[in-house]
Amino acid sequence: MQADLVVIGAGPAGMAAAATATEAGLSVVILDEQARAGGQIYRDVTRSAARRGDILGQDYSAGLPLAAGLEQPSITHVTRATVWQIAPDGAVAYSVDGRGAIVHGRRVLLATGALERPMPVPGWTLPGVMTAGAGQILIKESGVVAGRAVLAGSGPLLYLIAAQMVRAGTPPLALVETQSRRDTVAALRHLGGALRGWRYLVKGLSMLAEIRRAGVPRYTAASDIAVAGTDRAEALSFVAGGKRHRIACETVFLHHGVVPNMQAARSLDIPHRWNAAQACFVPETDPWGRTEIPNVFIAGDGAGIGGAKAAEQAGRLAALEAARDLDRISADARDRAAAPVRAALRGELAVRPFLDRAYPPYAAALQPADATVVCRCEEVTAGDIRGYAALGCKGPNQTKAFGRPGMGPCQGRYCGLTVVSILAAETGQGMDETGYYRVRPPLKPVTLGELAAMEETPAEDPAVMAADGR
Amino acid sequence: MKTASPFLEIDADAARVTVRLDGADLSLPAGANLAAALLAAGVPVFRHTPVSGAPRGPFCMMGACFDCLVEVDGVTRQACLLTVEEGLEIVRAGPATAESADAS
Amino acid sequence: MLSDYAIIGGGVVGLSVAWGLLRRGRSVTVLDGGDGSFRASRGNFGLVWVQSKGMNQPRYARWSQQSAAAWGDFAAELGEATGRDLGLEQKGGYDLHFSEETLQQTVEKYETLKAKLGGDYPFEVLGHNALRKEEPHIGPKVVGAILHHQDGHANPLRLLLALADDVRRRGGRVITGQTVTDVEKRDGAFRVACADGATVEAGKVVLSAGLGAMELGPKLGFKAPIRAQRGQVMITEKLPRFINRPSLIARQVDEGGVQIGATNEEVGLDDSVTQPGLSGLAAEAVAAYPVLGRAQLVRSWGALRVMSPDGLPIYQESVTTPGAYLVTCHSGITLAAVHGHILPSWLEGAGDAPDLEVFSEDRFAVS
Repeated sequence: MQADLVVIGAGPAGMAAAATATEAGLSVVILDEQARAGGQIYRDVTRSAARRGDILGQDYSAGLPLAAGLEQPSITHVTRATVWQIAPDGAVAYSVDGRGAIVHGRRVLLATGALERPMPVPGWTLPGVMTAGAGQILIKESGVVAGRAVLAGSGPLLYLIAAQMVRAGTPPLALVETQSRRDTVAALRHLGGALRGWRYLVKGLSMLAEIRRAGVPRYTAASDIAVAGTDRAEALSFVAGGKRHRIACETVFLHHGVVPNMQAARSLDIPHRWNAAQACFVPETDPWGRTEIPNVFIAGDGAGIGGAKAAEQAGRLAALEAARDLDRISADARDRAAAPVRAALRGELAVRPFLDRAYPPYAAALQPADATVVCRCEEVTAGDIRGYAALGCKGPNQTKAFGRPGMGPCQGRYCGLTVVSILAAETGQGMDETGYYRVRPPLKPVTLGELAAMEETPAEDPAVMAADGR
Repeated sequence: MKTASPFLEIDADAARVTVRLDGADLSLPAGANLAAALLAAGVPVFRHTPVSGAPRGPFCMMGACFDCLVEVDGVTRQACLLTVEEGLEIVRAGPATAESADAS
Repeated sequence: MLSDYAIIGGGVVGLSVAWGLLRRGRSVTVLDGGDGSFRASRGNFGLVWVQSKGMNQPRYARWSQQSAAAWGDFAAELGEATGRDLGLEQKGGYDLHFSEETLQQTVEKYETLKAKLGGDYPFEVLGHNALRKEEPHIGPKVVGAILHHQDGHANPLRLLLALADDVRRRGGRVITGQTVTDVEKRDGAFRVACADGATVEAGKVVLSAGLGAMELGPKLGFKAPIRAQRGQVMITEKLPRFINRPSLIARQVDEGGVQIGATNEEVGLDDSVTQPGLSGLAAEAVAAYPVLGRAQLVRSWGALRVMSPDGLPIYQESVTTPGAYLVTCHSGITLAAVHGHILPSWLEGAGDAPDLEVFSEDRFAVS
């Protein structure tokens, strides 16, 4: 199976890219892990917008036209596809329902989005502790809402899920925020951009008003956050306003920002740089999303956090350049089509510096206490990492060899940034110098049976598999 | 095993099917996300880790954290990426698994 | 500050030698590379292995046997000092065969070697049924195995950690994140220069830099005719114990995962992983243990073996720059015990030094 463009991920960037590419005459295969298009921000939008649009809001329903854009004959949307290897030559290996296959893309677009920034606090591995994104996904896809939940951390996503919970009739027990008044004041320096992105501010304020009307207690500048419980989350404790609080609950939703999901790009050794404002690594790309590997592009939050609307525009830009690259459109045509897209992208990104400064990550989760688990899979603590630094480890691949952080099934997705931050603090090196995990295939676990079957029979055509209804 | 769930279903109108969880019958909404359905059914613990035996449940719901791993029809899978179907055989790793891995 | 020894290379080989020298009361400075260096110590298979080694050079077979025999004490001593269990298990290991023909050919070679070793080569041949009694999960395609009683395996990463820990505990100086650019001998002392400007002075130098010796070796008068050979290796999710003894195809590590390996590829300094490579390994492992078909592969990696032309270690004191030693091998785990216990006496020129003449560079023609 071949395609002009293989898109990995059917979120806003991937969906928009697929539609733009096919308009420009490219054949597209879009691989996505979910059963239906949307990614995480528009998770299951084709089913849920109609059923729960009132709870989820208009921004969610904005995913409907993007999902509809995939319904074209020149786009093959392979659902439930887990991509586990991407070769630099464009061969993408994936599995659907336990069967492996390979699709060759003349160009490949990584549109794998973001992950929640890991928020290692004491007790964060207990059942009942989830990311705020997980709480949203439960509402979006499943109509399942937590009854007695506390939200903790920082960032606008907390307001969104709190407002959605209010609308669902189960307001959170409390909103525990870590940003302080000082952060808000510092963010005012970026007020100009914020005003250009005034729609986001208005939305934020109206959600806050909604949360306040529902009587949800709100704490700010919270510190010393910990989840209590033995076999599951029982309470959230924290200090705010000079007092220790303990709120009994059954569910804790943690959030302090999102970061690019680097796994696919890192597996291709695409260079990344530390972005101090967003406190994350960002892959190096040109203005079209092209990486150091000329046939590989990255668009959306995976190339730097900009949000769903920005991701959509970035997806279009990458598709236009891929089409020009494959001689389907001229450079002039590309530039004409790109001009309004770039203008829209600039508008979407205007508010970011304000948000990044107003809602910084929770500092104590960037340098956790020694006893706190940082690698959830292998149960490695922050103190373990510091001990390996004392044994000469300067980078995360050395600590991985010494103590297994990053070796479990999540392959470092939820410990990588923490381990690198701790090492940088211990060695005095910068984040770039400290580096990151060498990410290897499989990007996600794959059974040996699937791999072995690919030895015996040539990889199957995904279109055939799709036609089989799998 | 099924307790009062900390989660509520907004529109609990889907047809129910029977799956087996650790050998016991459990009724879940057909076509639902398996991890969400188990949470809503009052199943907070999906596994115990092979390292320390600590209990774990779904954390990210988007296929990234691997804390919702369960054995389905003999293969370790992420529950948050599976759909509820009649007759699924779901087995949770107990703390004992970790011990037997360390034995001999 | 002048050390008795500067050890260039802080992998298992360099640290084993450093550890042994410290144990003999020598002062040691170890220079180690960065986070992204090629590191065979991080990618190896973890066997403590005797069978198939030295088929054409009984001295190498003997050297491996000597190390395997010393491993128990070595692991106990390191374990006690650091509180880290090296996961050593020495209850034999298999060479699994999928055809009677290859099994028979291998047995004949082992018999020849056994005769040369005066009969000290304890192996037995297990047919499929006998093997199945030992390994209930063995697949029907496996016709039999050679069980060698001197074979075993350990946790190679914990060995690396324990050595890094105990070398420091014993007073060794370890400087990590260094790239050695030059070594010279002046006024009877060696001066090792690093890329960041740091220098280390020592009475003697041991070059145990793995593939780094290709570049540094000639500066010290060594031929250092080594090359990289890629081995792709993979490991499954943690599983309840079901493999009793390790084999060259698969072993179940102490943490529960099944490690599967390895390819032998001549691709230079390319340590990437390929889908055909993984599929080939998976097919062989599933043929050996069909239950593995349902196991999830969690990680894979490519590591570069440090190979000499004949696959044997090189132990050589420089002819042009006496006091400089080349120590390199591809079996750093198996040989760790002799490198820690016996090699230091050779470096010291002690009376009880082993005869390592067959491992000198004299065996290689001038290229």
